[in-house]
Amino acid sequence: MRNLLAVIEKEMKVYFASPVAYGVLTVFLLVSGYFFYNILTVFIQRSMMMAVQAQQFGGATPAMDVPALVERNFFGIVSTIVLFMVPMITMATFADEKRRATIELLLTSPLTHVQLILGKFLAAMGFFAVMLLPTLVYHAFLYFYSSPKMALGPVLSGYLGLLLLGAALISLGIFISTLTESQMVAASVTFGALLILWVIDLSAQAAGPLVQEILGYVSILNHFDDFSKGVIDSSSLTVYLSFVFLGLFLTYRSIESWRWRT
Amino acid sequence: MIEVDRLTKRYGNLKAVDEVSFQVEKGEILGFLGPNGAGKTTTMRILTCFLPATEGTARVAGYDVFEDAMEVKRRIGYLPEHPPLYDEMTVDGYLKFVARIKGVAPEDRKRRLQEVKETVRIEGYGRKLIKHLSKGFKQRVGLAQALIHDPEVLILDEPTVGLDPNQIKEVRELIKSLSGNHTIILSTHILPEVSMTCQRVVIISDGKIVAVDTPENLTRQQQGAAHIYMEASGSDVAVQRHLQQIEGVLSVVSRPLGEGEVSSFRIETELKQDVRGRIARSVIEGGFELLEFRSLQLSLEEVFTQLTTQEEVRSQ
Ligand SMILES: Nc1ncnc2c1ncn2[C@@H]1O[C@H](COP(=O)(O)OP(=O)(O)OP(=O)(O)O)[C@@H](O)[C@H]1O
Ligand SMILES: [Mg+2]
Repeated sequence: MRNLLAVIEKEMKVYFASPVAYGVLTVFLLVSGYFFYNILTVFIQRSMMMAVQAQQFGGATPAMDVPALVERNFFGIVSTIVLFMVPMITMATFADEKRRATIELLLTSPLTHVQLILGKFLAAMGFFAVMLLPTLVYHAFLYFYSSPKMALGPVLSGYLGLLLLGAALISLGIFISTLTESQMVAASVTFGALLILWVIDLSAQAAGPLVQEILGYVSILNHFDDFSKGVIDSSSLTVYLSFVFLGLFLTYRSIESWRWRT
Repeated sequence: MIEVDRLTKRYGNLKAVDEVSFQVEKGEILGFLGPNGAGKTTTMRILTCFLPATEGTARVAGYDVFEDAMEVKRRIGYLPEHPPLYDEMTVDGYLKFVARIKGVAPEDRKRRLQEVKETVRIEGYGRKLIKHLSKGFKQRVGLAQALIHDPEVLILDEPTVGLDPNQIKEVRELIKSLSGNHTIILSTHILPEVSMTCQRVVIISDGKIVAVDTPENLTRQQQGAAHIYMEASGSDVAVQRHLQQIEGVLSVVSRPLGEGEVSSFRIETELKQDVRGRIARSVIEGGFELLEFRSLQLSLEEVFTQLTTQEEVRSQ
C-alpha cells in the first residue's frame, strides 16, 4: 500500500511537470467545450423549429427532451475524443522509464511488479479523472437552466461509463508502452490500436445480425452507449473490467519477458 | 556476503557472462575490472535482481537473487551505469521517493535524506531540479539514491564516470569510507581506481574471469622474472656481452641512446635471488660507467593488458 502510494504520487508529479499534460488538458477542454456548445445549440434550434411548426400547422407541441438528447450526444462525442487523449496519457508510462534507465531503479527496488503497474495505472486514471473534471460544469449549466429539471441519473452513469472506458483504454495503452523505449512509438501504436477498436465498433453497426452481436459484444465503445443512456448493464461492466484486467495482465507479462530478453 | 557461483548469461549465441564465480567478504571493496563489453554491467544487473541469469546462482547476504529477490533488493543499493534520475523532480523530491520505495520507515526519512546529502556533499541542492544539475552532481544524486536506505551491500557501476579529477578523488574517498559497514562491488575500466580503492580485484574479459587477487599480488604474480633498467656508457655490444656472463641474468636487451657511447639496457633476472648488487659491481669492474640503475615494476596497467590479451590469444 505504501509503495503503491509512492508510485502514484511520483507518477502524478511526473505528469504535471510535463507540458504534454497541460496540452492534453487544454485540448480536451476546448474540444469538449466546443462540441457541448454545438450540440446544445443544434438541439435548441431544432426544438424551437418544431415548436414553430406545431404552431403553424396546429396540433400539440411534440415533447422533446432537449437535456437528455444533449447529454447522450455529448457523451458519445466525448467517448470519441477520449480515443485521441489516452495515447498521450499512457505513452510515457513504461517507455520513458526504459529510455531514461529509471526502470533499473524501479525493478531493483523492493517493489512488486503489481504495485508498480497498479500505481501507474491508478495515476493515469487520476489524470484522466482530472481531465474530465471541468466538463462537470457543462452539466451543471444544463441542469441549472433546464425546466423541468433534467434527470441526473444519465449524467452519473455517463461518467461511470467514461471512467470504465478510460480504464480499459488506459490499460491497453500502458501495455503498449512496455513494448518500446520511445514515447512517440508508444503513442502512435496505441492510437492505431484504438482506431481499430473504433473500426470494430463501426463495422459492428453495419454488419449482419450474428456478426453484429458478436462484434457488438467485443467492441468496448458499443458498451459505452448504454451508460450514456443511463443504463448500467452488468454485462457491460464485466466486459470493461475484463478488458482492464487483460491489459494489466499483459503489461505484467510484458515486463517479465522484457527482463528475460534484456 | 556475496557468493557468485558459475554465473552465466546468454544473449542469443553471445555469452555476456561465462561461468563467473567469486566471493566478496563482509566489509570488503571488490573491484570489477574489464574492458568495454567484458560483462561487468551484466553481472551487476544479475546481482541486483534486474536480470535473471541463464545459469548459475548468486547469493547476497544469504539470499538467492532469483528465489528471494525481495530480500536481496531490500539489502542492495545500486548505482546503475546511467544514474536513474527523474529530471523533472527536485533532488529532495527524488530522494524522498526513492526512500519510500526502498522501504525506509517514515520517521527515518528526513534524517536519512539529510545524512545522504551530507555524505555525497549536495547539502545546498535539495530544492534544485535535477535537470539543472551538472553531470558530476547528477552522479552524486545517483550515489545518494543508492545509499538512502543504508544498504548492507553497494553495487556501483562505474561510479566515477563523468566526474572531474577533484570529484573523482572525493568519490573514491567516499567509497573507501563506506567500506567496513558496507560490502561494495564497483566496476571500472580505470586501473588506478582499483589499486586506490579496492582490496581485491576481479579481472573479467569476454565474460570470463581471468584473475582474482589483491592489486599488489596481481602485479607481482604476473612477473615471472624481475626486471632492471640500466644506462651505462661504453660499447653497447661489449656491455651486453659482459652482462650476459653474470650469474642470474636471464636476458638483456640493449638500445643505443642518441649520440655518444650511452646505451640503455633492460635486464631480466631470476626472481629467486637478488642480483642487483652483483650486476652493478660487475659493470663498474668491467670498466664501464654506470649512469642509471633501477628495478622495474610492472604496472597494473601492464598486468591488465597481459591478462586480457593472453585470454584473447588463448580463446582464438
Ligand atoms: N540487451 C542485450 N542484448 C544483447 N547483447 C547485450 C545486451 N546487453 C549487453 N549485451 C552484450 O553483452 C556483453 C557484455 O556487456 P556489458 O554491458 O555487461 O559490458 P560492460 O563490461 O559493462 O562494458 P562497459 O565497460 O562498456 O560498460 C557485450 O558484448 C554487450 O554487447
Ligand atoms: Mg558497463
